[in-house]
Amino acid sequence: MITRTEASFHHWRRSGGWLGVVVLVGMIAVALVGPLALPDPASQPDIVAGAQPPSLAHPFGTDELSRDVLSRVVSGARISLAIAALAVTLSLVLGATFGLVAGYWGGWVDAVLMRLVDGALAIPRLFLLLLLVTVWDHLTIVPFVLVIGATGWFGTSRLVRAEVLRIKSEPFIQAAQALGAKPARIVRRHLLPNTAGPLLVAATLGVGNVILLEAGLSFLGVGGVRPPTPSWGRMIFEGKSVLATAPWASIFPGVAIVVTVLAVNLIGEALRDHLDPKNA
Amino acid sequence: MTSLLDVRRLTVNFFSEAGTVTPVDEVSFQLAKGETLALVGESGCGKSLTALSILQLLPRAASIGPGSTIELDGEDLVPMDEAALRAVRGGRIAMIFQDPMTSLDPVYTAGSQITEAIRAHRDVGKRQARERALQLLEEVGIPDPLSRFDQYPHELSGGMRQRVMIAIALSCEPQVLIADEPTTALDVTVQAQILEILDRLRRSHDMAVLLITHDLGIVAGRADRVAVMYAGRIVETAPTDRLFQHPAHPYTQALLASVPRLTGPLQRLSPIHGTVPNPDAWPAGCRFHPRCPYAFDRCQQQPPVRTVSDGHETACWLESPQ
Repeated sequence: MITRTEASFHHWRRSGGWLGVVVLVGMIAVALVGPLALPDPASQPDIVAGAQPPSLAHPFGTDELSRDVLSRVVSGARISLAIAALAVTLSLVLGATFGLVAGYWGGWVDAVLMRLVDGALAIPRLFLLLLLVTVWDHLTIVPFVLVIGATGWFGTSRLVRAEVLRIKSEPFIQAAQALGAKPARIVRRHLLPNTAGPLLVAATLGVGNVILLEAGLSFLGVGGVRPPTPSWGRMIFEGKSVLATAPWASIFPGVAIVVTVLAVNLIGEALRDHLDPKNA
Repeated sequence: MTSLLDVRRLTVNFFSEAGTVTPVDEVSFQLAKGETLALVGESGCGKSLTALSILQLLPRAASIGPGSTIELDGEDLVPMDEAALRAVRGGRIAMIFQDPMTSLDPVYTAGSQITEAIRAHRDVGKRQARERALQLLEEVGIPDPLSRFDQYPHELSGGMRQRVMIAIALSCEPQVLIADEPTTALDVTVQAQILEILDRLRRSHDMAVLLITHDLGIVAGRADRVAVMYAGRIVETAPTDRLFQHPAHPYTQALLASVPRLTGPLQRLSPIHGTVPNPDAWPAGCRFHPRCPYAFDRCQQQPPVRTVSDGHETACWLESPQ
């Protein structure tokens, strides 16, 4: 007999979830220890030479300010991954809380919360962010993360609410009530775990989204990351002016974004399958 | 006979914009310690609502009407607050549901759900709860409880899941077990096993069982008494044998005539024509009269409850409808 664990690991291999984990863990490890071994991303050893193509000394080449692109991509990983992880965590917590409360309690609570969400969803996120960024003049990285996180949960809350409405009518919820479970316990122990699948998928898409959003905001010059601190989005933006002559300055951070988003997506998919007991 | 659960004049109202409907109308019955009472009736006659109102797990639009009392050991449950009710639910009164496929949470193992139920009402450690859970699995006739303990609901058959549900229901030694159509979703052979288990556990735990079913066939030999429900009211209550031998109410007779029999002369099954009317369209007087072959003028008025013999009551104008 195949146990649940074996079956799931089989599934992991087949779905490529392991590949995602390997890539993401590798990325995080490099982000953590890489900067120790690489040259200072801000140093400009040969400033007159300008952008240099990839070479042994600079595997990813150098940008127009003669900074090592590899070193900057690795340092940027710290920034981009941290922003994505923190902002998405915040979005998930907010989205799950609002969705659970609205879905479980229903009635006017649901009506009020969901109309607020509808209103928020009617405003394009980028405009909302630009507005907030304008209000706060000097946005440092922590408020930047808070702002991204606080504007990213609307869709998630709807998703969670829809799931809760579906699960709430399942007989096992009534069975739990018949056993004397408190509402808080039903929400925490039964509703939340049963919405974990969609939440993880939302998180996956969220991570990719936030990385791209951060790039977009950096492009507009309003990101929380200020030069010379490298973030992937910022690097693509800075490489834009020399795209024709030194494409490596933009391509490598771009590849980093693609690989990361892909890895997280693979993990999300595999986790969803893993958490759905029907697929175990 | 002192009753453990004493339901009197239980009324359930549904409020909506279209008006108020009363799908359960002044239902009274008593359940003694160690006794099985079967509540029998067609779909839509208010059996499940009656069961849910005992635990006060009614849908939001429904509420228990004034004048209703549900006494457990002399203590009325109707005015209790939520916290007190939660102690009753699963603690003193447990319930098992019709569909074992969906009554267990798919994300937890069978064992952890039993353990959780134990720990919800008892102050015991994890190890103790686990041992008790294994013991319960054994008691409900699950072979190899150790390996079943760590399985998820989807890995268990319908019969196994219903056993797990029973184990959960029994985890806190309830005084009353409400079984709402516990075997309707199961194969016939499994049905018999589940009913057998319920009966055995009732005896060994000295529980009172309220068995809700639409199937008179499973009542014989298992229930001590039967209450027949039609359109929100109880029309006849009798000890099981007497109900089968001398059904007093035309509806009971019709129900019995629609159950296939293995003994006696070969005869056609006679279905009851028509369907149970909706609660918003219940006829005046005896609610069965539009479908009743013996109906006469007086049936336009609500018949009083009449004692046929000791413990056998019916609400019908006919003295002896046969």
